[in-house]
Amino acid sequence: MLTSSIGKKTVMAISGAMLSLFLLAHMVGNTTAFFGREAFNGYAGHIHDLGGILKLLEAGLLFFLLAHAGVALLLYLENMQARPERYAVKKSSGSGLIAQTMPYTGLAILIFLIVHLANFHFTDRTTPPSEMIREVLGRPEFALFYIFSVLAAALHISHGLWSLFQTLGLSHPRYNKLIMTGGIICGIAVGTVFVLIPVLAVIYSGFLL
Amino acid sequence: MSTITLTLKIWRQQDRKTKGRFETYETGPISQDMSFLEMLDVLNEQLTLEGKDPVAFDHDCREGICGMCGSVINGEAHGPEKETTLCQLHMRHFKDNDTLVIEPFRARAFPIIKDLAIDRTPLDRIIQAGGYISVNTGGAPDANAIPIAAERAEAALDAAACIGCGACVAACPNASAMLFVGAKITHLALLPQGLPERSGRPLDMVQEMDSQGFGNCSNIQECEQACPKGISIQNIARLNHEYLRAAFLSEE
Ligand code: HEM
Ligand code: FES
Repeated sequence: MLTSSIGKKTVMAISGAMLSLFLLAHMVGNTTAFFGREAFNGYAGHIHDLGGILKLLEAGLLFFLLAHAGVALLLYLENMQARPERYAVKKSSGSGLIAQTMPYTGLAILIFLIVHLANFHFTDRTTPPSEMIREVLGRPEFALFYIFSVLAAALHISHGLWSLFQTLGLSHPRYNKLIMTGGIICGIAVGTVFVLIPVLAVIYSGFLL
Repeated sequence: MSTITLTLKIWRQQDRKTKGRFETYETGPISQDMSFLEMLDVLNEQLTLEGKDPVAFDHDCREGICGMCGSVINGEAHGPEKETTLCQLHMRHFKDNDTLVIEPFRARAFPIIKDLAIDRTPLDRIIQAGGYISVNTGGAPDANAIPIAAERAEAALDAAACIGCGACVAACPNASAMLFVGAKITHLALLPQGLPERSGRPLDMVQEMDSQGFGNCSNIQECEQACPKGISIQNIARLNHEYLRAAFLSEE
C-alpha cells in the first residue's frame, strides 16, 4: 500500500507532521534566546540532560527526515515524467505557487540542515550554546544564509501543514479554513522567531552576552 | 452582429509517433455569437477550401455534458471562462485581433491521436477497475425505496457532475488524475448503493490510476480552478480518506 501514489503521499504527510512538530518545539525553545544568556543556556542544558531519550528522539528525527527527503525525490521524479511534452503557454492561478515550489524549498532546508548541524552539533560542544550562536550568527554571511533558509522553511510548512491534513483525508468544510489559517500562522511564527535570532546577532552586539 | 478576426497558433501533429509543431492561421470574420468549436469549424472549412488538412479536435454533444471536448487555450484548460467547457465557451469572450495559442491536453497518460484530439481511455480503464456498483437484475426498484439524507444526496450529485473531460489532468502540473478519481469515489462512497464495494473500490481504482502513468497529487489545487463542473478538492480528501480506510482499517 505504501508504494502506491497515495501511500507515498501518506509517508510524506506523517514524516512531515513529525518534522513540523519538531520544528515548532525547536521554535518555542529558541524563544528563550530573547530572554538573555542565562535563560537560553539553561534551556539548552535541560535538553542535553535528557540523555538517552534525546538520542532516541534524534534517531527518530533522522529516520523521518530520510523518509521524507527520499520519498520527496521519488515523487519529484515521477511527477516530472508524467508530462513529457510541456505546454508552450501555461497559466497558473497563482494560489498553488508555494505548493509547486515544495521540492525547492525542501531542498533548501536539506542543505541548510547540513550546515546547521555542522555549526552547532558536530562541533566543539564545550563552548556554551549562547557563545556558539554569537560566533556563527555574528558573521553576516552566515546570518544571511540562515535568514534565507528559514524563509524557505516558513513557506514549506505554511503549505505543508494544511497539505498533510488534506493528504490524510482529514478534511471538513467546517474546519478547512481553520486548518489553512493555522498552517499559515505556524509558518509566520517560525519565520519570525528564527529570522529574529540571526538579525539580532548581527545588529545588536550585546545579544546573548 | 459583431465579428472579430483572430490569429490562431494551433498544435498540429500527424499521429502518436510524429513530432508536432505549431502552425499559425489568420481567420476570416468570426461571429461573436459562435462557440469556440464553431469557430474551429469555420477555420476547418477555410482550410478544406484551400486544400489543406483540417484541424482534428474532440467534440460530441456540444452542450457541456459529454466530456469529449477540451483543449488548452492560452495556457488554460477549456479557455478563460470559469466552469465552462470549450464547446460552451463563446467567442464574445475574445477581442478583435487576439492571438490564441491552442494546444491539446498534455499528459503522458493522454497520447495525442492527431492535432488536438487525445486518447482518454486511461480514464475509462480507471472506471472499469472499480467505478461501478453491483445490482440484481429484475424489475426496477421503486424510487425512494432506500432513504438517503438530502445533504448526502446533494454531495454525491455534486461529485457525479464530473463529465470525465480530463481538464484536471491537463491543468495539474503533475498531470495527476486525483480530482477525477476523487469525484468518482465520492459519488459512489456516499450512497448506500455503493457500499458493497466500498473497501475494494479505492484500492482498485488507485492501482489502475497509478499504472496508467498519471502523476501524484501535490495539493496544488490547479485542477479545481480548471474543472468545468466546479468539482472541489474536498473530493480528493475523501478519496485519500477512503483509500487509507480501505488499506488499513477494512476487515475484508
Ligand atoms: C524540518 C524540515 C521539514 C518539515 C517540517 C517538512 C514538512 C512538510 C510537510 C508537513 C509536508 C506536507 C506533506 C503532504 O503534503 O502531505 C511536506 C511536503 C513536502 N516536503 Fe517537506 N518538510 C521538511 C523537510 C523537507 C526536506 C528536507 C525536503 C526535500 C529534500 C522536503 C520536501 C518536501 C516535498 C517535495 C513535499 C511535497 C510532496 C508532495 O506534495 O508531492 N521537505 N513537508
Ligand atoms: S462536446 Fe460534449 S462537453 Fe463539450
